[in-house]
Amino acid sequence: MAIENRKVTVTVNGQERSAEVEPRKLLVHYLRDDLGLTGTHIGCDTSQCGACTIMVNGAAVKSCTMLAVQADKSELTTVEGLGTIDHLHPMQQSFWEEHGLQCGYCTPGVMMAMIGLLQENPNPSEEEIREGMEGVICRCTGYQFIVSAVQKAAKIMAEAAAKDGEAVAASQLVGEGTHRG
Amino acid sequence: MANVVGTPLKRKEDPRLLTGNGRFSDDIQLPGMLHAAILRSPHAHAHIKKINAEAALKLPQVVAVYTGKDLEGKIGPIPSSWLVPDCNLKEAPQYPLAIDRVRYVGDGVALVIAEDRYAVRDALDLIDVEYEALPAAVRQKEAMQEGAPLVHDDIEHNIALHWKAGEIADEVLESAEVVVRESFYVQRVFPSPIETRAAIGEYNPGSGELTLWCTSQNPHIHRMVLSGVLGISEAKLRVIAPDMGGGFGGKIGVYPDEALIGYAARDLGRPVKWIEQRSEHFTASNAGRDEVIDVELYGQRDGALTAIRVKNTANLGAYLSTMGPGVATIDFGLMITGAYDIPHASCETFGVYTNTTPTDAYRGAGKPEATYQIERIIDLYAREIGMDPVELRRKNFAPKEAFPYTNAQGLIYDSGDYEKPLQKALEIVNYEQLRQEQEEMRKQGKLIGVGISTYVELCGFGPSKVAGAIGFQGGVWENSTVRVHPSGKVTVYSGTSPHGQGHATTFGQIVADKLGIPMDDIELVFSDTRAISMSWGTYGSRSTPVGGAAVAIAADRVVEKAKKIAAHELEAAADDIIFESGIFQVKGVPGQQRTFQEIAKAANMAWNLPEGMEPSLEAQSFFDPENFVYPFGTHIVVVEVDKETGEIQMKRYVCVDDVGRVINPLTAEGQVHGGIAQGVGQALWEGAVYSSEGQLLSGTLMDYTLPKARFFPPIESSFTETPSPVNPLGAKGVGETGTTASIPAVMNAVMDALKPYGVKDIDMPLTPEKVWRVIQEGEGN
Ligand code: FES
Ligand code: FES
Repeated sequence: MAIENRKVTVTVNGQERSAEVEPRKLLVHYLRDDLGLTGTHIGCDTSQCGACTIMVNGAAVKSCTMLAVQADKSELTTVEGLGTIDHLHPMQQSFWEEHGLQCGYCTPGVMMAMIGLLQENPNPSEEEIREGMEGVICRCTGYQFIVSAVQKAAKIMAEAAAKDGEAVAASQLVGEGTHRG
Repeated sequence: MANVVGTPLKRKEDPRLLTGNGRFSDDIQLPGMLHAAILRSPHAHAHIKKINAEAALKLPQVVAVYTGKDLEGKIGPIPSSWLVPDCNLKEAPQYPLAIDRVRYVGDGVALVIAEDRYAVRDALDLIDVEYEALPAAVRQKEAMQEGAPLVHDDIEHNIALHWKAGEIADEVLESAEVVVRESFYVQRVFPSPIETRAAIGEYNPGSGELTLWCTSQNPHIHRMVLSGVLGISEAKLRVIAPDMGGGFGGKIGVYPDEALIGYAARDLGRPVKWIEQRSEHFTASNAGRDEVIDVELYGQRDGALTAIRVKNTANLGAYLSTMGPGVATIDFGLMITGAYDIPHASCETFGVYTNTTPTDAYRGAGKPEATYQIERIIDLYAREIGMDPVELRRKNFAPKEAFPYTNAQGLIYDSGDYEKPLQKALEIVNYEQLRQEQEEMRKQGKLIGVGISTYVELCGFGPSKVAGAIGFQGGVWENSTVRVHPSGKVTVYSGTSPHGQGHATTFGQIVADKLGIPMDDIELVFSDTRAISMSWGTYGSRSTPVGGAAVAIAADRVVEKAKKIAAHELEAAADDIIFESGIFQVKGVPGQQRTFQEIAKAANMAWNLPEGMEPSLEAQSFFDPENFVYPFGTHIVVVEVDKETGEIQMKRYVCVDDVGRVINPLTAEGQVHGGIAQGVGQALWEGAVYSSEGQLLSGTLMDYTLPKARFFPPIESSFTETPSPVNPLGAKGVGETGTTASIPAVMNAVMDALKPYGVKDIDMPLTPEKVWRVIQEGEGN
């Protein structure tokens, strides 16, 4: 505990933020407690639930499995950077329309994990979506409407990509919302 | 405006939750806030010889350490809220921290407060506790035996309660041609909301007010109980349930932890936050079920069932939880005949203290257990007499004409038509063909099973005088205030405390139809004892049938008053005013009308009200239902069991539920799905494992399987609608049906698949290993 605090600087949802933290501090605590980004949740202490999933340099990562210091100089996207109330990201919109959430506690992490899935597989089958949810747990929904939501989001995103006449670059799938800290 | 009740509206609460704008307990940051952690016993049973916190207190960030002795006389014991009568109930006092003896792994030993959430955990590690381990009583049947270790020295045989309901004459039993007996174990499981429990206390020494944010399904029960425990006026204790990541019964209980946080905040004069760790949740939060159920089903060869005799031996854990005593008694024992017109029934329940975490209500609370035993034993009975399980069920259903139907234990089922969902479900699965396919597959050596559950459950408790008669330390009515602002926008206050169910939407729909205004004009307020009149919260699938009904009644009262104002303004008799789609209209005089918004303004301005009328447009209702509601339905599951590995694959899951009038089919279906996932979880994957010394071996999410998405086939869900006569909405509860129905449906399916091996029962969860062993033994014979 005598170890000195470190300054950790990240670009989160398009904004540069930094805070001095203990080297042992988990990334998820840094986001929530130091940067005030409380949309990312904590559901376990053994890396099972995926409620803490965010994007780190474009890949879905459980933010409870990383130290804040390891994320220094990284680009992060949290649920706050996904979309806004007025302009929801297709994943958020689809979760809303398909009733993909009940308590909403797992939801930010599940959406991030599913955006990660669609980056790798833009047109997953129902089975692939279910498999792709291996790293997340939802205790409320029984998953079925999450599956429908992901299917719908995949369709919307694919259509948007087609309209652009080219595949949506992975990096464009996230971060289109208004950025706020 | 089109009516919105009965339509699948998107939820009002979602945009907030989808954008990270929820406000859950751990999101609350207060100036000067401290962090708390609770040191918990690693022993199931031990004397506390000495606690040395010196090293912890030396850490620079540590503010305080409290032990049970420090708090003696300062915080009272946490009482149970269900003192079931006539069962010789023995309640042992549960102090917020153990004083000289710990009674389960997870029992609180010390409360530590520090400046930071990491520092507080460092401090936990530095507290030195000297224990003298004692032998532990772990399993209920063993704990009742002579010479078993006593959890509480003065409670003989560890028997907390011995309850009986119903009697069966010997002649009835003797005249039966068939009797089928089985002993089922409905194992202990963990509610496991994805957000664990939490509490944050803030004390204002100036006003003497204590605010407690905590994960509570029933903030007013928390306030009522904790005001006694902490010795603070209810008028100075404000309990708020922030956004909550699920509850499932695990957040009904008033826990020691919440009392401790309230106490520490007041004692230290600084806000204190406590967030339960997931692994802590497994031993510190009340578990569910844990009942050994011995059943005897009597009847004739032709399938006429005549009597059911049940003994339930329930593990209540080390202390009586908030609802614990009622689960295996009232909730279970009065429902043992299920959907069947079995003329004679008796139930005997032993509630047993053990050195384990207390058990409490978990999704369904007693009804899943009751349904489990009847739905499982009826299948075994069908097998015994060689009748199709569907036919046997049909033959014994309480007939449609008999409603309101009085069951053998004296409960009056409000409404029902059990044939309807059964028929629909059979058609959806194409039952006849399914059975043929099963036969063919069997010939090919494939183990296909079809499981049925035709359940009924009780929920939406009422009236309050019945609650009193069964020892519930509270009422079961609900209240709502509908407040119309001058603009015609509306705020609705409800005493239910939603945490994922979507009441803001469903209750909003009720009000939108009643007042003829858009959903966007309606805001809902819940879960704050300062804003909401006395109420009883969300559990037992009561929110819509009781809370929603209160909302509807309050809205009706608003309309009633508004009509009078409209009549006054339009110079007509109130009886001549028709109110439709937000317009007050004089009957037969087109154009003579006022909008709801105009009346809202008129009422609030009060410039020109009828003689003697009070200003404003607002109404409150307190609704005490005349009876419980009884949702029912049929679930059918098709499974395939892999002979080589014992793995079970669900091929189809079909359910037809009748929850009375459905307010929002989308959220209702969501409730059904979630309920099913938890029930199937119990049947196939979830289960607490305690060692014989009382160590919890399944105490992390690595050792306890919560169901994942890939475990399930698509659920084919639909509804039939048989309205309830006991509330103005015609609604029944929907939150617990899925769990109640699914556990036996899945088990029956697997047992059906394993029928060629003659196996009648396997203890849940049906892990591949257990199933594989049964197959191996069967193949050997
Ligand atoms: S909190 Fe990160 S996986 Fe559970
Ligand atoms: S919506 Fe509650 S845990 Fe997923």
